[in-house]
Amino acid sequence: MKYGIIVFPGTWSDGDCHYALSSVLGREVVYIWHKDVDLRGCDCLILPGGFSYGDYLRPGAIARFSPVMAEVERFAARGGLVFGICNGFQILCEAGLLPGALLMNSHLQYRCQWVNLRVENAKTPFTSRSHKGQVLRIPISHYEGCYFADDDTLAELEANKRVVFRYCTPEGQITEQANPNGALHNIAGIINKQGNVLGMMPHPERACEILLGGSHGNQLWPV
Amino acid sequence: MPISQEILDEVALSRAEYDLIVKRLGREPTPVELGMFGSLWSEHCGYKHSKLLLKMFPSTSPNLIIGVGQENAGAVDIGNGLAVVMKMESHNHPSAIEPYEGAATGVGGIVRDIFTMGARPIALMNSLRFGPLSDAHNRYLFGGVVGGIAGYGNCLGIPDVGGEIYFDQVYAQNPLVNALCLGLIESKWLTSSRASGQGNLLMLVGADTGRDGLHGASGLASRTFEEQKELRSAVQVGNPFLEKLLIEACLELVQHDWIVGLQDLGAAGLTSASVESAARGESGMELDVLKVPRREQGMTPYEVMLSESQERMLVIVKKGYENKVKALFDRWDLRCDIIGQVTSDGLARIKEGDNIVAELPIELLSEPPLYRLTAPKPAWLRGVQSFNIAALPDVDHTQVDKVLLRLLSSPNIASKKYVYRQYDHQVQNNTVVAPGSDAAVLRIKGTTTAISLTTDGNGRYCYLDPYAGGAIAVAEAARNLACSGAKPLAITDCLNFGNPEKADVYYQLKECIRGMSGACRVLGVPVISGNVSLYNETRGQAVYPTPVVGMLGLMEDVTWHCTAAFQQAGDVVYLIGPCNSMGLAGSEYLALEHGLVKGRPSIDLLLEKRVQRACLTLIHQRLIHSAHDCSDGGLAVAVAESAIMGNLGFKGWLPVYSRLDNALFGESQSRIIVSLHQNNLPHFERIVARNKVLLTKLGKVGGKRFIIEGRLDLSLDEIREAWEGGLQKALEG
Repeated sequence: MKYGIIVFPGTWSDGDCHYALSSVLGREVVYIWHKDVDLRGCDCLILPGGFSYGDYLRPGAIARFSPVMAEVERFAARGGLVFGICNGFQILCEAGLLPGALLMNSHLQYRCQWVNLRVENAKTPFTSRSHKGQVLRIPISHYEGCYFADDDTLAELEANKRVVFRYCTPEGQITEQANPNGALHNIAGIINKQGNVLGMMPHPERACEILLGGSHGNQLWPV
Repeated sequence: MPISQEILDEVALSRAEYDLIVKRLGREPTPVELGMFGSLWSEHCGYKHSKLLLKMFPSTSPNLIIGVGQENAGAVDIGNGLAVVMKMESHNHPSAIEPYEGAATGVGGIVRDIFTMGARPIALMNSLRFGPLSDAHNRYLFGGVVGGIAGYGNCLGIPDVGGEIYFDQVYAQNPLVNALCLGLIESKWLTSSRASGQGNLLMLVGADTGRDGLHGASGLASRTFEEQKELRSAVQVGNPFLEKLLIEACLELVQHDWIVGLQDLGAAGLTSASVESAARGESGMELDVLKVPRREQGMTPYEVMLSESQERMLVIVKKGYENKVKALFDRWDLRCDIIGQVTSDGLARIKEGDNIVAELPIELLSEPPLYRLTAPKPAWLRGVQSFNIAALPDVDHTQVDKVLLRLLSSPNIASKKYVYRQYDHQVQNNTVVAPGSDAAVLRIKGTTTAISLTTDGNGRYCYLDPYAGGAIAVAEAARNLACSGAKPLAITDCLNFGNPEKADVYYQLKECIRGMSGACRVLGVPVISGNVSLYNETRGQAVYPTPVVGMLGLMEDVTWHCTAAFQQAGDVVYLIGPCNSMGLAGSEYLALEHGLVKGRPSIDLLLEKRVQRACLTLIHQRLIHSAHDCSDGGLAVAVAESAIMGNLGFKGWLPVYSRLDNALFGESQSRIIVSLHQNNLPHFERIVARNKVLLTKLGKVGGKRFIIEGRLDLSLDEIREAWEGGLQKALEG
């Protein structure tokens, strides 16, 4: 599995994703500049976190027009794996590769903290090494993490088990207290119909070493 | 025609300074030249009242690579071919007027000082002071400043790993916003800001130049707030996205051999950047303002030279390499323009096309007159220092529970989690100990080492005894580092004081610096960079003298790192250090419960050194589970905090030698609370005894209550609620 980390102007999780994948897990990783259209034979593309284009207009609104995104869309259509993290998730929603949108946190502040996620669907390439109901401890860091979609979209996501992660208590209960940003249905991550494009707000690349607070993120990178 | 007072006031030059300029030039300065003198000779840029005093700081050490004044920031060797670059700066006056942008651009400015040396910024910290939150205006300033720091810092992807926030009426009109940035670099890539080599090119990169921030240095930072002038336009506006692009582009640039130097534009904009880099390079420079890209119409040369538009860098390009440099910036979609060149005539020549609008000797511009005042100890100081403690009633022993809860929830002591959870403190995957403990710990990738970082400064102590307060600021920072397991390596500082032309303030400045220097020498830590912010006063009311110390520490083994939180039920809790000293002077308890700011704080620096050495030895030998220094609120608060942070109760007792309030809440120096497993006791006692430091057993970790026998009995939930909820409650009014 070869990973390609896409770098937009303003991205900053690229280094962290590279560190987790390469230094910690020893995988093959390359960077792909947003102006490049050569995906260099990667099997899994990562859209990392950050403030691409300064979050101007809306987070991800401008990045989705970068030259590389047309290639990402074609790659996804072919079944290639795409992993959108935080700003990456926002870009995928803006590009229409995932439904819904990420709104400002309900408390109107930036929030950086560890959260607990319950794995709702362990049948995706991203959760194949986790089990359903497993509680993972992974950090969030965002202003706009409140997942929103209209009722029909939400119903469709739920019915088809496309909600992959939900914010929960350490014991795995889905409660309002455990929801750090007001996301509907405590949704922290979703997957597309085809099952190859995942978007999540929390940062698995930050949960890569016990020294930093935990390593639950490592099992989410597809193999 | 003699120059008018109005014009002199606008450029903030005294008549005597003006006459000196005329004398040295042999003529009257042109308007542009006058503006350049006004900014470079301002207190903010020129350090007229502080430079002579700052010479007291010890500034050398075996690890030092770049010291005070040599470049934009200081640099120390941390082993493995790596160096840390560090600096702290203030942005007080702009934040009082426009808190969001004032704080945001404060972060922007300090970050530029770091990456201009070629170092990747890896951590931010901030030390803030506001008036009490009971006042809506102070809540507005607080919200704006925190929002600005978050808005700018988070966008850059630099973790904000800690700091401190205090509230006091003296800061109400003059909030303090001190921002610290730390960078990491392979020593071989350290980049200078020197403009040297005749014919080399001056290239301006980044944002277009506008009228924002005009007179930021001379108009805002070098005078007090007296009139309600419309000063908004003097506050700079930030664009963190542009800064992020600059960071990446500049860090890429320094790896090539195409440039001689890199200098960021900060206070006094293009004027100070070009003059300072030419001064460091012992050369001259010539530039054409018409070549500077503008974002506003009709800008005069004066405005171009003094604009403080943010996110601009000056690149001194080796002649012949300009196309390579331009291609690099083009890739990052950054605008760059060649605006001038390096000369060898020692002059700063500013042109507007073919017209020369300013031509001044660099040496004269960069060497303003330095002032030294005679300042005896003020009479009023003796008054506040004399404190008849016998006349103060001791705390009612039936009320101790309530007093502790009040202290824990007071904004000066309560948890600052409400603030730091708004800052990204994890990005870059280096944060081992996040905000909340005594010091932040960041690991250094590719090595076994880690660095620790803290900011400390108690204005109240400095008000009561400037010398002792200065020494305590340094000692407390080192103590916090020791509690995390790190040996102090270097200091950066921000000295925040009132109007230095007043003898009382000058006395405070002199004594604080003297006290800090003494502590630096005893503890063996050099000052490698810093900033002075004067004129923090309004209508004669100055802030407390508030020197803020930012200290860097190093630990050879990252796994040593220690926090303030109790770890294990059954552990025993000890106090290392003196247990019988009077410490009510300047304490939070005295201020909160008695409304008094009185007495003389003091410190025994040699004892402090021994206590810190004992703590470090214990941590390096993995003998203790937690270490927390006693500071605001005293011993009872420190033990309570360790319990809350570890989510473990405490049961113990407290030896009381004279007063109960002093034993519980006194803030005497050089004390550390530790917890450890019983089995380690013999070895522990030997090490502490070897350092000739007192040891007092306090109790045991465990249960769900916080009990000091015969004095206090509260549930863990109660103390947690008070401490964790204190700040938010104060904000909600």
